[in-house]
Formats: sequence, structure tokens, C-alpha cells
Amino acid sequence: MNMIDVKVAAIKQVTPLIKHFTFVKEDGSELPPFSGGSHIVVALDADGRTYRNPYSLMGSPTQTDAYHISVRRQENSRGGSAFMHENVSVGMTLKITHPVNLFTLAKMAHKHILIAGGIGITPFMSQIEDLKRLGVEYELHYAFRSYAQAAFVDELKKACGSSLYCYGDSEGERLDIKGLLSRQPLGTHVYVCGPSPMVVSVIETARDLGWPEHSIHNEQFLSPPVGEPFKVQLAKSEIEVEVPAEMSMLEAIEAAGVKAEYLCRGGVCGRCELGVLEHDGGLEHHDHFLTESEKASCRKIMPCVSRSKGKRLLLDL
Amino acid sequence: MALNFKQETFRDDYSYSNSAHAIRRFPFPFAEDQYMYSVNIEPHTRGNPGSVYEFPFDIDEHYIAECQDKKITLEQDPGRYHALPHMMDAQWDFLELTMTALANDYPEHFSLSRNGQTWTWENKPLGIRDTFTFGDSSTLASEPFDYIGRQVQGDFVLLDQRDGTLYADAGIVTSQADWSLAFNVGMSWKEWHGPVPRATEIGVMDRALKYLLNLQLANPVRRLNWTMTVNPRLDTSPENYPHWGGDRNKVNADNVGELVNLRVELQSLFRLPRSNAIVFSIRCYLMRLKDIASYPRWAKRLHRVQKTMHPDLIEYKGMTKFHPIVVDWLSKFDDGADLGIGTYPE
Repeated sequence: MNMIDVKVAAIKQVTPLIKHFTFVKEDGSELPPFSGGSHIVVALDADGRTYRNPYSLMGSPTQTDAYHISVRRQENSRGGSAFMHENVSVGMTLKITHPVNLFTLAKMAHKHILIAGGIGITPFMSQIEDLKRLGVEYELHYAFRSYAQAAFVDELKKACGSSLYCYGDSEGERLDIKGLLSRQPLGTHVYVCGPSPMVVSVIETARDLGWPEHSIHNEQFLSPPVGEPFKVQLAKSEIEVEVPAEMSMLEAIEAAGVKAEYLCRGGVCGRCELGVLEHDGGLEHHDHFLTESEKASCRKIMPCVSRSKGKRLLLDL
Repeated sequence: MALNFKQETFRDDYSYSNSAHAIRRFPFPFAEDQYMYSVNIEPHTRGNPGSVYEFPFDIDEHYIAECQDKKITLEQDPGRYHALPHMMDAQWDFLELTMTALANDYPEHFSLSRNGQTWTWENKPLGIRDTFTFGDSSTLASEPFDYIGRQVQGDFVLLDQRDGTLYADAGIVTSQADWSLAFNVGMSWKEWHGPVPRATEIGVMDRALKYLLNLQLANPVRRLNWTMTVNPRLDTSPENYPHWGGDRNKVNADNVGELVNLRVELQSLFRLPRSNAIVFSIRCYLMRLKDIASYPRWAKRLHRVQKTMHPDLIEYKGMTKFHPIVVDWLSKFDDGADLGIGTYPE
């Protein structure tokens, strides 16, 4: 995969838990343009291993002198977000992937309803720039715990004006998802990014109201969950890899020097899919890519987020 | 290295011909003695100097003649260009991709200077020099995809990605192997691949789609496709079938080497940055069988591939009328020697 070398040009503490990072090319040249909703994967070498975490690109897709990401420090971080918060400093160089978009705006929609929960605001920060540039109708509904902890409210007010609707939980302000989705004209698309219960609620409400499936969009990157350690045998490479509790299978395979395909590393895109030849206790599927029947068959697994329930797996790699 | 552009035609008197250099760099598509559909997609990375893979967009000795032929076809049938309104970002992405590549890879022939959004493009072979504002269609004589699509060899289709599939929502198509842009525009991946025999059953199209949906910026991919065309004609479209369909009856044992061309499409796909669309580039290479036979290894290989071709594929590729004559003619070059694996000429 072609990686881009970037330098950390600025770091800003946006809220007690969120840091904003600005990346530039070391030689000062422009970074590639991108489309609203894109993310990059940031590669970090720490404690003798490489973390690769996806983050949404913020800011205008046409302003490519710098890339912007925001990172929320995760409770029970496996290391990626903690490392970004504690160890990344201005002037450091990092490797990033080219932008990938798994959360695109539907270009033929008549209206766009964007629903963000907390740090889920980040992909919308670039999408609103595209929507404004294209002059299409949209509303941004942003729900968070409190105004004190909410990131980018002032910026968004400036950018979106009357298209922005904020909901501070501590102020007793609640987003009425059903009410919102009930009053939209035909041809509206809804996009949601935020905590899992919110994403599920928006998807289910839209379905219940009879919204067509292709008008409902969500982005929900998963961090690889911590689990029990297990062993992976790679049939083609003929090696055995230990997957520790706090490492993903994909990370363990990479650390063993085996080249594996990947793209989003968050259980969404499907690129890292591997064939399962043998297992001894079932698979712990965490991805959003495989269908329920594929998951039940135990013949495929997404090693970026999923694990073995047993002690050993044999993979077609 | 400056290219020597030839004066030649792809219609009427068919004065098109390939130089020795062009024959040698022909992208011969058969690495093995048997042919079957597969997801033969590989990274479109930089190939050997002088090869058709050296640069993302290959410009060769036929450049001027091919652009002229494209112009004639577009004048006769403006429907060969089509772009749905939501594809405007993709149009500008395409213009940037091709102008940047050509100016970078063929500096003797093309140049691009960018001053903010004000761009100046110079195409010396075609005598074009224009200054325009990137992103503002009113500053160009035509839509950006139309403007630059006429100045690059090959056909181009812009694919919009939505609902988990790809839609052919824009195209400039003048050298197609018997398919119609007017018919396919707006269609989804499954719809436009519907007629391909034997591929759907074996899941090739599903796997290829899955792969392309994840196509990444700066990581283009390519594959070769092929058919045979009687006379070196670029515009073998269904719209103009009366002008070329009957030529398939003219092939005989004496003229087959001269008349029949192996038509190879170098198909490449690039993710576009602002639109998240994909450009599907179809670059056509025509080679007379007698020129292919100038390399015995190619003639032997082509004979074996054609001899074992499935009748469904022969029919789908429109070769039924003259295919036995081709196999018969090629057989005289084939001594049965083991050729090993690979597409190289000798």
C-alpha cells in the first residue's frame, strides 16, 4: 500500500478528551484532495509494534495544504488513541494511507440529514464542506453530553448557520430521531455516525418508517476489541502466530512478517477478509461486513476486528 | 523521447499500420495456451521503459490519428459522450488526473501550469493551448470530461459508487468493441455485465466488483481484455454496425493475416479523489495477425488459445463468421513446441 509521509504541524487540545492534529507533507507540497466522509489510517510505531488506526479527515476537501484529524482518548484504549494523545508531538513524522471513503454522500439525494453523536461529528466536518460547495439542502444534528465537552460547536455554527441543530444531554436537550425522520421529504438520505446505540436507533427508526435501505448510511469504525489469546496457523505461509489478548489478529499476522490485505481496519470495508479452514470453538465476529449467514458458516473472518472463540484457527493465508 | 506521430486512418481506406517498435510493445494478452475468464486484475504500476505500462496513460505513434478519428465519430454521433449532472466533480477529477499524467510523462508534447485555480494546458501535437479556471466549466469550450477526453487515446467511463455498486454515469466512448454508451449509461455493474457468458455463473463479476469498490487512491489497477476486429477500425459500435459488421464476411484464407486484427484493450481503473468515483479507461491496441506472426512465439500461442476457445466466447466476441479461418491460418505457424508461461514475444 502506498503510504504518505506526513509531519505533525500542530496539536490542539479541543476538549479534555479530544485532541486535534494537523498533518502536512514534509516538503510542503499539497496532499491529495479527497471527498467528504473520507478517512485515513495512521500508522504508529510504539512499544515494538505498529498501531494502525482509522481517523476521519476533517476540514475542507479542497484545502489540501494540510490534513486534519481529531482523536478522542478512548477509555480502555489498546494503545492507539492513548499513544496519539501522549506520545505524538509537533514535528514528529508519521505514515498515513491515502484517503479512503466508506461514508460517501449520495450525490443524487434531494436532501441530506446528518446525525452525529459526540466524536462521531468528525466525518461530517468534511461532508458539510462538500454539501455547501454543491449547494444542496442539508441539516446537521449534533448530539453530545454537554456543551463544555462538545467539540467544534462554534466552528460548526459559523460553517452551517441555521442548518446546525445541537442537543446537549446535560441541558436536557434530546434529539427526537423519530420526529426528525418522520418529517423529511421523499428523496432524503440520512447519515449517522456516533455511539453504537445511536447508530442502531437511527437505522431502525428509518427502516420502521419505510425509508429505502439505500437512503440510510452509517459509519461505525470499531476498535479491535480485547479478547482471549489464541493461536493462528497460516496454511500458505506455514507459520503459527500467537494473538495476544490486546492485539488484533491482523496486527499479530503483520507483526509476524506476513503481508495481509487491509483497508479500513475497522470491520467495515471487507478488504482483509480471510478464509477459515479450521476452527476449534467458533468465531467471535465483530465486523459490519459479513452477512449473518456468512458469520454463522464460520468460513470467513475479518482479522482486523474479529477473533477466535477457541484456542486455534487455521487460515487460508 | 519525442514520439513520431503517424498520419493514418481507422476507417475508409484503413491506412493504419504499426511500426516495428509498436509491434514489439504490443500488449499480447495470452500467457498460457488456454484462455478463460478470470479476475485478472493487477496493480497498474509503472512498467518497463518503452512498454505500454510505462505510464498511467499510454500515448503512442497513433495519438494524432486516433484523436482525429474520435473527433469524426463524436461529430457524427454526439451521443458517444454522455455525463449525468451529478458527475461534475468526477469530470474535474478526470481532467486533473489525465492532464497531470500527460504533462509529467510526455513533457515534450504536453504541459500544464497551475497557478491556484488558474490552469494553462498545452497540447502540442493537437495544437491546443487554453487557460481556464479549475472547477468552473464556463471557462472551457465544453464540459471538462468532453474537453480532455478528446485529447487522450482510448475510451473513458466514469463510474459513480453508491448503494454498494458502480454506475456508469458518464462516458466518452468512440472505440468500443460492440457495446453502446447510450445503452449502458446509468446502468449498474450487474446490469452492464449481464451479457457476458460463463462469467456470472463462476462468480467472477461479484468478486471483481467487491475488489473495485475498495479501489484506493494512488493504487490504480489494470487488466487486459481482447477480441478480434476485421480491419483496424476503432469505431466498432452497434450504432455503426452497418459500416463494419459485413466486413466479417470478407475474410478468406488469402487475406486473413492482413484483414483480421487482434484487438487488445488495456483496461485500467483509477479512484478519483474529490468525487470518490472511478475512471474506467479502455485503451485499444489493434494488431494485424500478420504483424503478430512476425514473432513466432506469439503466433503459436495465439493458435493454441484460439483453437481451444469455448464456442460461447467466440460467439460473444462476434468472431463466429471468420474464426475457423483464423485458426487454420495460425496453425501453419505452430510446431507444437512448449512455450512456457508468459506473454513476451521471443
